[in-house]
Amino acid sequence: MEIGTASLSLADLPAGSAGCITSVEVGGLLRRRILDLGMIPGTQVRCVRKAPWGDPVALQVRGSIIALRAEDLKRIKVSPLN
Amino acid sequence: MGLSYTHSWLDIASDKAEEIRQRYDNRIADLIVNDLYSNAEEIARKAVISSRRSRGWDKKLDDILTSRRFGYPVMMVLLGAVFWLTIVGANYPSDLLALLFSRLQEQLTRFFSVTAVPGWFHGVMVLGLFEGVACVVSVMLPPMAIFFPLFTLLEDLGYLPRVAFNLDHVFKRCGACGKQALTMCMGFGCNAAGVVSCRIIDSPRERIMAMLTNNFVPCNGRFPILIAIGTIFIAGILPYGLQSAVAAGVVTAMVVLGVLITFGVSWLLSHTILRGEASSMVLELPPYRMPQVVPVIYRSIIDRTIFVLRRAIIMAAPAGALTWILANTYIGDFSIIVHVATWLQPLGQMIGMDGFILLAFILGLPANEIVIPILLMMYLSTGQMVDFTSLEELRQILINNGWTWLTAVNMMLFTLLHWPCTTTLLTVYKESGSKKWTAMSFLIPTVTAFLVCLVFTQAVQLLGLV
Amino acid sequence: MTAQINKRVLREHFGIRARPEQVVVALAGNPNVGKSTVFNILTGLRQHTGNWPGKTVDNAQGVFSYRHTSFLLVDLPGTYSLLAHTIEEQIARDFICFGHPDATLVVLDATCLERNLNLALQVLEITPRVVICVNLMDEARKKGIIVDIKTLEKELRVPVVGTAARIGEGIEDLKEALWQVATQSTPGEPAPVRYSPEVEEAVQELSSALEAVANGPLNRRWLALRLLDGNPSILAGINTYFELLSN
Repeated sequence: MEIGTASLSLADLPAGSAGCITSVEVGGLLRRRILDLGMIPGTQVRCVRKAPWGDPVALQVRGSIIALRAEDLKRIKVSPLN
Repeated sequence: MGLSYTHSWLDIASDKAEEIRQRYDNRIADLIVNDLYSNAEEIARKAVISSRRSRGWDKKLDDILTSRRFGYPVMMVLLGAVFWLTIVGANYPSDLLALLFSRLQEQLTRFFSVTAVPGWFHGVMVLGLFEGVACVVSVMLPPMAIFFPLFTLLEDLGYLPRVAFNLDHVFKRCGACGKQALTMCMGFGCNAAGVVSCRIIDSPRERIMAMLTNNFVPCNGRFPILIAIGTIFIAGILPYGLQSAVAAGVVTAMVVLGVLITFGVSWLLSHTILRGEASSMVLELPPYRMPQVVPVIYRSIIDRTIFVLRRAIIMAAPAGALTWILANTYIGDFSIIVHVATWLQPLGQMIGMDGFILLAFILGLPANEIVIPILLMMYLSTGQMVDFTSLEELRQILINNGWTWLTAVNMMLFTLLHWPCTTTLLTVYKESGSKKWTAMSFLIPTVTAFLVCLVFTQAVQLLGLV
Repeated sequence: MTAQINKRVLREHFGIRARPEQVVVALAGNPNVGKSTVFNILTGLRQHTGNWPGKTVDNAQGVFSYRHTSFLLVDLPGTYSLLAHTIEEQIARDFICFGHPDATLVVLDATCLERNLNLALQVLEITPRVVICVNLMDEARKKGIIVDIKTLEKELRVPVVGTAARIGEGIEDLKEALWQVATQSTPGEPAPVRYSPEVEEAVQELSSALEAVANGPLNRRWLALRLLDGNPSILAGINTYFELLSN
């Protein structure tokens, strides 16, 4: 696997770093919500910060900040960007 | 075009759609969203010129307000500061209003004594109705008119979603949703509004949980009771300079206790009647916006004043009149009130209060604002007449009726935890559509209030602290 | 005439009692876009402007006049989309679809237009009687974001007005645009959303199956798309709508 295309989950993205969504492996209502917020494959997201307990995680998506729980983010795959 | 016809075409079309979906491996819904966003992206690319500067301010504020080290302490300090400002600010207008009303009452009494109206009429109108309204306005209005503008400023700044962000992990541990923090903030204004706001929680299970526990946030009608009792009883024994700070500390502690009990009850619910794991949460953290300070303060003072005055007239006036009648109608040697209160006395004493207090809470079911006026009226009708013009006199009345610090603490605990008002109960019914959940929204707080007060009282008495 | 009665029945179903000559405007938008501020400045009503998602929980109504026409503004819950099945989105969607608003005002946040356009496009798929309000223009300027209103108008083919509702900027233009859209006899034709070939194929196939029924207020293309979404709450909404009409 080439460097930079290795598939991580959004939960693994450290605060301050960015990634490009490769797949959304979430089902049900949450999937709808995530897609409606524009987190679709190909979208760039940046992990802005983590809450005091490390969860939830605040992400910058299309100009706004969205917080999601870490266990949900585990099922959203990204390829890290520099 | 009949009903059956419309149904049949929809069924046929749905079946057809299902078949097509299957054929495309269920990817159609995703493709539709993707396409919508591709269109949006393309339009935005053409119409938006961005030389986006960094989120300087937002980042710096969030670095503090949501940090591991400062997130929780700042939350507590802000809460305490808002209460402190409320208590300090409310004292003066409260005393002024009480004085004003007592002067007015003298005039009314004088007027009634020169006109030849019967004594009972003066009693119902002045000692009942007028005093009820006067007490609600002077005790309830000033704290609310100060608390709300302050709270609204925090809200307009964009701080409240950060509270939800900070607390979500704990809510998750209890099987609840972090957005419940937002519905609890709404509950400060009015629990009925708090219950309606639970619609922002997507999961039905977590939404019901938020509705059932919203009452553990002291609303508009209860929060001034905490302030009044906290100020005169707990802080009253201290030198003047410290009073407000200690009272603010006491009220903050009560609110924090309410939050802790919310966590505990939520945990219990998600392991019993609302069994289940916490689902997901999607929360937007909007950019901080400088609040428009003057309009916000002006508007929320007006809003609160209208709200409190309306409640005072609708609820407190009839309740005052009714209480006076009950307190002055005698069966045998005692008034109806005394009969009922005597009957309630053992239960009241068990939880460190008395029959009158319990009766005041029961009569306060339509609106918590009237608990204190009713209680005073009952105390005054049985003992010596004291004209209530300041918090100090309120303290004297309570002490004359056998209050100790234990009574005061239990009164505050019971205020914080007891059953919701009728409006809130009706709202739970409307929002949940279920008699069962409405009943639970009454029972859970009631049982909690009795249990907490019982355990606390028995422990204090066992240890011989009173 | 039956059209008039239907309109009244449906509006009353949503708790809207407009006078016959009154123009009903639905107010939609993402949470946190200053929708309530727009509502307040248009109607002068003192509804508190919230700053968190879904603050507007019960549809507030307010009235204003412009050019001797009375407008009834219905504030819908703030939503990111009309496709999911949360209570709030259902309320917003059902009202736009079935409540017969004479115009729908969609408030967008100039600082994150992409996500907001997603909602605007969804509304435009339901009804052509739309005015787009790009709010928070002042905040966008501060952040170095410039939104070209003319281009946006050309792309969407409906009236677009840039506003900064907090300072009252652009509100008169907004009223004018609303008046024009609400009172024009034949609505304009917004630019259609372009779908990928697969979706288009599926829509075509399903549309032909819907030919017999969905004429009139329900747009057939939209109906086909929602059936393909397979969202049960939308089907329930459509059912309620036809039941109301047949009674």
